[in-house]
Amino acid sequence: MVLVVNGERREVPAGCTVVDLLQLLGIRGRVAVERNGTVLRQGELAETRLVEGDVLEVVTFVGGGA
Amino acid sequence: MDDALLIAGKRFTSRLLIGTGKYPSFEVMKQCHEASGAELVTVAVRRLDLKAQGEASLLNWIDTSQRTLLPNTALCYTAEDAVRTCRLARELGMSHWVKLEVLGDEKTLFPDVEQTLAAARILVKEGFVVLPYTTDDIIIARKLEDAGCAAVMPLAAPIGSGLGIRNPHNLRLLREAVKVPVIVDAGVGTASDVAIAMELGCDGVLLNTAVAGARDPVRMARAMRLGVEAGREAFLAGRIPRKAYGSASSPLDGLVG
Repeated sequence: MVLVVNGERREVPAGCTVVDLLQLLGIRGRVAVERNGTVLRQGELAETRLVEGDVLEVVTFVGGGA
Repeated sequence: MDDALLIAGKRFTSRLLIGTGKYPSFEVMKQCHEASGAELVTVAVRRLDLKAQGEASLLNWIDTSQRTLLPNTALCYTAEDAVRTCRLARELGMSHWVKLEVLGDEKTLFPDVEQTLAAARILVKEGFVVLPYTTDDIIIARKLEDAGCAAVMPLAAPIGSGLGIRNPHNLRLLREAVKVPVIVDAGVGTASDVAIAMELGCDGVLLNTAVAGARDPVRMARAMRLGVEAGREAFLAGRIPRKAYGSASSPLDGLVG
């Protein structure tokens, strides 16, 4: 199935969870995830199954002031 | 004498808040944080670069045992985007404190205070400790305070401009108008600017570019710490009134000859 992750189309196996996706993408550090405009709690990442067309935002902290 | 800065019941020894952007390197940033003595450190929330795995993480360079992270909503232009960013920041699991910033103009980076207030009301309801970037307008500052914000953070000049304290009178009025801490956010260029803000009675100063962009950032970070301390001490000490004419400080009696 195809998802949109941080604005880019990604092909992933059907039925994968958010945690599976993060592993596929090689993401290990501290991230937060928004799915279709709703922020997921950390505890929801392992149980949230993704579906075709989901739009995900994966964010982290970066340097910034104002 | 205890002169701690209290924000939302949390005690800070330092009245300087510092950012994490635009430093020459993470190493220099870390040294600046140490030299500044700041205990509140702002960070931005951004999309993870999926192609840059293994890149050094910002968090490896911030001593979170000594410093509280203050995620910001920098460059958000709507209340909705700012609220989204704060919710994501909270899920990053380091802090439920946020520096709320909703901008209204790309050229000046002035805040959109209507959107800021709308976002603040939502965020306070959701349990965030909200520190909003705002104008020096006492009316909006009171509304932000009434909305439950833990501080108000007026600009002294445009973000990153280094123009210094352009609005001393308004900042003084603002300090009188609200009970929550007033933290000057944006516009300072050098240590004397910071000292002026503190002498006006402001409770703290948040800065980034003035240190990160200095020729010697670490030295400037130290200067800013001293500027905050000098200004605060002068404010507490109480300056002499300004007089129009000279007034000798040596005795008039007993002059030789």
